[in-house]
Amino acid sequence: MAIMKYVIIGNGIASIGAIEGIRKVDTENEILVIGAEDSPAYGRPLISYLLAGKIGPERLALRPQEFYEKSNVSTKLGTTVEAIDTKAKTISTDKGETIEFENLLIATGGIPFTPPIPGAEGSDVYNFTNLAHAQTLISKAKEIKRAVVIGGGLIGLKAGESLFDRGVDVTILELSPRILSLAFDENAAALAGGRLAEVGLNVRCGVTAKEIQRDSDGNLKGVHLTDGDFLQTEVVVIAIGVVPNYSLAKDSGISVDRGIKVDDHMKTSADGVFAAGDVAQAKDLLFGDDRVIPIWTNAYNQGFCAGKNMAGTDIEFTGSLAMNSISFYGLPTISVGTVNPPEGDDSFEIATSLDEKKKSYRKLVFQNDHLVGYVLVGDIDMAGMYTAFVKFQMAVPEDAKKQMMAGEPDVLMWPDDFFKDTWNPGHVEQD
Amino acid sequence: MKRVYPDKEYCIGCHLCELACMTAHSKSQDLIVAYREERGKDGLSSCKKVFEKGHTCVAISCRHCDEPSCVAACISGGLHKDPETGHTLYDREKCVGCWSCLMACPYGAIRRHPTEGKIVKCDLCAEREGGPACVAACPNAALKYEER
Repeated sequence: MAIMKYVIIGNGIASIGAIEGIRKVDTENEILVIGAEDSPAYGRPLISYLLAGKIGPERLALRPQEFYEKSNVSTKLGTTVEAIDTKAKTISTDKGETIEFENLLIATGGIPFTPPIPGAEGSDVYNFTNLAHAQTLISKAKEIKRAVVIGGGLIGLKAGESLFDRGVDVTILELSPRILSLAFDENAAALAGGRLAEVGLNVRCGVTAKEIQRDSDGNLKGVHLTDGDFLQTEVVVIAIGVVPNYSLAKDSGISVDRGIKVDDHMKTSADGVFAAGDVAQAKDLLFGDDRVIPIWTNAYNQGFCAGKNMAGTDIEFTGSLAMNSISFYGLPTISVGTVNPPEGDDSFEIATSLDEKKKSYRKLVFQNDHLVGYVLVGDIDMAGMYTAFVKFQMAVPEDAKKQMMAGEPDVLMWPDDFFKDTWNPGHVEQD
Repeated sequence: MKRVYPDKEYCIGCHLCELACMTAHSKSQDLIVAYREERGKDGLSSCKKVFEKGHTCVAISCRHCDEPSCVAACISGGLHKDPETGHTLYDREKCVGCWSCLMACPYGAIRRHPTEGKIVKCDLCAEREGGPACVAACPNAALKYEER
């Protein structure tokens, strides 16, 4: 086999970002994508829509098949890369192939984090991070009455909601005092949790599973909680979070920390090898240090940046920005950037507006006259205008701050030059 | 590619672009029917939005960015770039109404459809002969559709 100019390990959104990044620069050389899962690239968050029955499997694909043909991308699906030889610049797969590469992207994503819970080994304990998990739970939901979800973060809440939509009685356990503790504060969590409770889900915070109970045949009976309660259940879903799936890189001698370490061009410690997405530890826009931020948009953007650099351009990654948009039975929420600044740090200024009756909440977090984060519940329509201030790190003058606090940010608050460069570039003022 | 460029020096905040946008995307193609009936019944709404501050105003919509944040954020494959035309295309059938694009677009150019779990976004009046309706309707040439 000839040397492949571009090889991508992984077939998720970082991989698609990379294909689109490469094609911005190089429209010719073939790209090879190797995916462990035996299905075309799908929108991973869509598995909750699938499990809930809101969409059918025909809507899962992120790009039409013709995208791959037009982009000159070949795929090897259901194929796992077993080793990377960084010196010889080759990879070897479980199908016995050895492929020589010029540029390699590791976009292997995350794997579910499973804490050691006694009794977790055995039948009817599941994760919810890929299509196979969703398919398993869809067929399982037909036979069961009850499910316990361990973890009240994004994955756990969506798993719980989707099972509930399939007619299952669901209890979600969250160890911290509130759901979505990273993206939300108390007010946002209370509104979202309230909405779930109203619909009929059981959400229990400040408590988690101590032990999973099985009978002598190993069948799942229920869950012992840390507060002493016992919940009968037929299924347990462990959804504590994901950790970078970096063992392939680590075993190949590529530097890892919490994730695969990359420089500001998404390059790893090995020559010609890049990493992007949930597996990578990359620059954070607001904090400036390197972090693993397993969020969809970052994965695409990192892949896109890596792709351009793989194709020979010199592009710096602008930095990850944490952002989540999640709806709870018609109650939309959006959270961007720093939403829970460290307590006692006087450099932050927080402005909130809460209307419990209307289920509406807005929290703006300023630092040194810059907006560094926000949470919106209910009325989310102006979200993008807030995102602009966080992302472009524009200073917020006092009058603009007032307007923002009133829920009315707009483009006319932008610095004039930036406004013109963005909206009316190349325009010459006439006399 | 040609894009719509708004000029706040010329905009008079008349909102005619919003009405033209609604009409162009209506079933009836009639301003009065679009505004009085389809707006309420079908949630017909404008892709354009006029912002005002004192005497300054500007009408904005999707910029059809070269590297759009909305496409990066889209979880369903409902938004993508057309490599040939450069347009940022929206596939309504694929959209699941997660509002990720609305959150990610720093230009505030994406809105929720008022009644359906879908978004409303400028398509540059792809179906319309003569280009974007908003530009055609602007009485003070504050909107320009051109190559820059």
